[in-house]
Amino acid sequence: MLGSLDARIPAGSLDTKWTDHKFSMRLVNPNNKRRFDIIVVGSGLAGASAAASLGELGYRVKVLTYHDSPRRAHSIAAQGGINAAKNYQNDGDSVYRLFYDTIKGGDYRAREANVYRLAEVSVDIIDQATAQGVPFAREYGGLLDNRSFGGAQVSRTFYARGQTGQQLLLGAYSALMRQVAAGTVELHTRSEMLELVMHDGRAVGVVTRDLITGEIVSHSAHAVVLATGGYGNVYFLSTNAKMCNVTAAWRAHRKGALFANPCYTQIHPTCIPASDDFQSKLTLMSESLRNDGRIWVPLAHDDGRAPHEIPDADRDYFLERKYPAFGNLVPRDVASRNAKTVVDEGRGVGPLRNGVYLDFSGAMARDGEAVIRAKYGNLFDMYERITGEDPYTVPMRIYPATHYTMGGLWVDYELMSNVPGLFVMGEANFSDHGANRLGASALMQGLADGYFILPYTIGNYLSDYLGDPALGTSEPVFADAEQAVANEMSRWLSIGGTRSVDHYHRELGKLVWDYIGMARNKTGLEKALSEIPALREEYHRNVRVLGSADTLNQSLEKAGRVADLFELAELMARDALTREESCGGHFREEHQTTDGEAMRDDDNFTHVAAWEWNGEGTPQTRHREELEFENVELTQRSYK
Amino acid sequence: MSAEINLTLKVWRQAGPSAEGRFVTYEADGISTDASFLEMLDIVNERLIEAGDEPIVFESDCREGICGTCGLMINGQAHGPQKGTATCQLHMRSFSDGDHIVIEPWRATSFPVLRDLAVDRRAMDAIIGAGGYISVNTGAAPDANLTPVPKETADTAFDAAACIGCGACVAACPNSAAQLFTAAKVQHLNLLPQGQAQRWARTEAMVETMEAFFGSCTNHGECEEACPKEIPIDFIAWTNRDYIKAKVKNRKLAG
Ligand SMILES: Cc1cc2nc3c(=O)[nH]c(=O)nc-3n(C[C@H](O)[C@H](O)[C@H](O)COP(=O)(O)OP(=O)(O)OC[C@H]3O[C@@H](n4cnc5c(N)ncnc54)[C@H](O)[C@@H]3O)c2cc1C
Ligand code: SF4
Ligand code: FES
Repeated sequence: MLGSLDARIPAGSLDTKWTDHKFSMRLVNPNNKRRFDIIVVGSGLAGASAAASLGELGYRVKVLTYHDSPRRAHSIAAQGGINAAKNYQNDGDSVYRLFYDTIKGGDYRAREANVYRLAEVSVDIIDQATAQGVPFAREYGGLLDNRSFGGAQVSRTFYARGQTGQQLLLGAYSALMRQVAAGTVELHTRSEMLELVMHDGRAVGVVTRDLITGEIVSHSAHAVVLATGGYGNVYFLSTNAKMCNVTAAWRAHRKGALFANPCYTQIHPTCIPASDDFQSKLTLMSESLRNDGRIWVPLAHDDGRAPHEIPDADRDYFLERKYPAFGNLVPRDVASRNAKTVVDEGRGVGPLRNGVYLDFSGAMARDGEAVIRAKYGNLFDMYERITGEDPYTVPMRIYPATHYTMGGLWVDYELMSNVPGLFVMGEANFSDHGANRLGASALMQGLADGYFILPYTIGNYLSDYLGDPALGTSEPVFADAEQAVANEMSRWLSIGGTRSVDHYHRELGKLVWDYIGMARNKTGLEKALSEIPALREEYHRNVRVLGSADTLNQSLEKAGRVADLFELAELMARDALTREESCGGHFREEHQTTDGEAMRDDDNFTHVAAWEWNGEGTPQTRHREELEFENVELTQRSYK
Repeated sequence: MSAEINLTLKVWRQAGPSAEGRFVTYEADGISTDASFLEMLDIVNERLIEAGDEPIVFESDCREGICGTCGLMINGQAHGPQKGTATCQLHMRSFSDGDHIVIEPWRATSFPVLRDLAVDRRAMDAIIGAGGYISVNTGAAPDANLTPVPKETADTAFDAAACIGCGACVAACPNSAAQLFTAAKVQHLNLLPQGQAQRWARTEAMVETMEAFFGSCTNHGECEEACPKEIPIDFIAWTNRDYIKAKVKNRKLAG
């Protein structure tokens, strides 16, 4: 059994902890680095940046990804930008302010020490990316430009048109390919990790399935790093790329890694509303649009008029009305919930009455269409391609959709999980965003973890094992894990049910959205805890997976991923039910102020909930990591 | 306005890399014009599974036109009829009731078919590995504002950097050259001050690696037409110019 969770946060004052810790950590000298094997699963921003940096340092690195190329991870789709406390705009930004905004934005449910470190290294990320050739937006004088983002009153977001994630990932990918060409990194694409292999209580490798040939392969190493992204696709409809899933993290959870705060999921306010049943995913319209677009709905219920026929007096700019200080730039959860409220009231717009307007007519009158086109042209084009409507003449329609998951595998200050030798980075860990992530902070965290944190902290773990070779893949633990994967494949293929994997995924998504979505309550969560297992039982009995295991078989790939999402969904419900408070993205209807704002319970819930797997059919055990706030005073968030 | 249309699809089916492939015809009835092209294939696949047939393998990830995973030959056009649009962003409102649609994978020797509509594009990663980077180790970078970059330069570099690595340019090229893809990456880096130190080595290595895997470019211009990101073919001309210079410079530097 685990005792109380110790995040191993170094002593000392907030602003010197990281520097002091780096100094006190044990180092692996350059010659010895090549005696260590490190597996990095995932080649998104976090994985690619870490693998490239570890390769440069001289470690023997193996990168595993189910994508066909490391250039394609979900990170590529990030649009808006990346935060950094450069204060290039001289508008009063600082490391402390970025730290403060992130802690407050996360509704005081993140660790101070981690967040401060994140803000500290944020500035190095911009330098690194620029040196790699990432074409950030520039001003006419040739210096870097910034924009502001939801939840901040300074301009600290660096961006590359509406394609910041793409450009940052291509930068990390190019650094990674340089190491692949140099022979320090071995790259395995189309390899899906399906088991974590443990020996003597430590992570010693993984087992993968080759998605083209079906071959099941063991990989051993001194340490395993997961950078496998978030679990937003548990909702089926989300802004995540279609292939995103929780499998890598979940399989590690089943081997003992604690899963923290699964109920902290983020709904993004500005997505294109769903248009029909066949909808396969939702598309995000970057939040940066809220800088210039004004959000409104008609004042009257079921107002059938076209938007331009509705005079200002008949419009409700509900965010500006309720939050005069921040207006349309309130944090994501606040913006999302307010949109849900007006749609639930029957004031939604569009053919299905499932959206709110995001209107650029004012900004275009003020700055001219050309300026708006230069800032958001590609987003406007994308909107038109999807909806067939021209946002230069008709206001966009938007509605919240699942976008990001703050929960993930529990890690300590060094990004190591409770399983020695298993490190977790990027969206896959739970660490820095508390109950709500601020815009433009995921790219920052993924790259901070990958470039500037893990490459240091992993040495501190490895130095204990100098001279020990990695466990051979001929050891029985590997054979057992391979067998488990093989059995799993045959099991899916032999069910012979009647409905597709996607069918069940879609049904699961509906339950999760209805009961564990933007607003939760006890009755709904209890329903989730009975309906999800019932559907899961049917899934395992009635799913139809055709074909064989020794070819490219996409239904077979998805079968295991959806099975893991089912188990995760149940844990999300349990976590949400236990957390009797509202905080950030977790809004419990029972816990709100009289004007409908989230109400925290700091006396009872200023902690991380980290769940321990107890085997199939037995609920997980909840452990706590108490959060200590020594530098920031806990206040009720107010964006009024 | 959304409507429902009936289509006849002729789809390339191939069981594996070394299997023989063939076209199979499917009726796709009652497809909403609001569906995307890939959602139309999702619907067809769902019906195939219900009928006990293996679904059509095709690849996609972001479904937002940014990751470059998708890519189909649609009636002989890479990514289909809509200009500047990746397959996943194409919507069925571009088609009419009764249309026949031929759907094939990318066809190029260096993109072997893996199954049905999925191909292996690893050769493109090899081109990047040959020099598509700026050698700067983590932690070695100077302050980002130390080197101002004229806005025009940064913008042009960005136009090149926008390539999504989908391979449509290769599929559309009569010689199966990857010249537009290669030139886009060469110019993205060659244009920036940060990329100058390795400009000549990069150009030579990337162009020659491209030619080792793919056909040679003879300026047909089909690539620009097919490119979902509308990468301008000018980058190819600039790369050719840099390549000639590189051949001279690299010899001098070596000598
Ligand atoms: C549409 C959109 C826009 C966004 N915009 C912004 C923004 O403007 N600013 C911002 O800061 N954040 C933004 N985000 C969030 C941000 O993009 C992500 O949180 C971040 O990129 C995640 O990076 P990652 O490296 O952790 O994971 P990912 O990029 O998801 O990478 C996961 C990797 O793991 C691999 N993998 C996963 N499981 C396995 C397995 N079992 N076996 C092998 N490989 C596996 C995958 O192949 C992939 O390489 C946005 C997100 C979305 C959806
Ligand atoms: S140049 Fe265009 S067509 Fe070629 S890979 Fe890049 S985006 Fe695709
Ligand atoms: S699926 Fe990503 S570009 Fe089409």
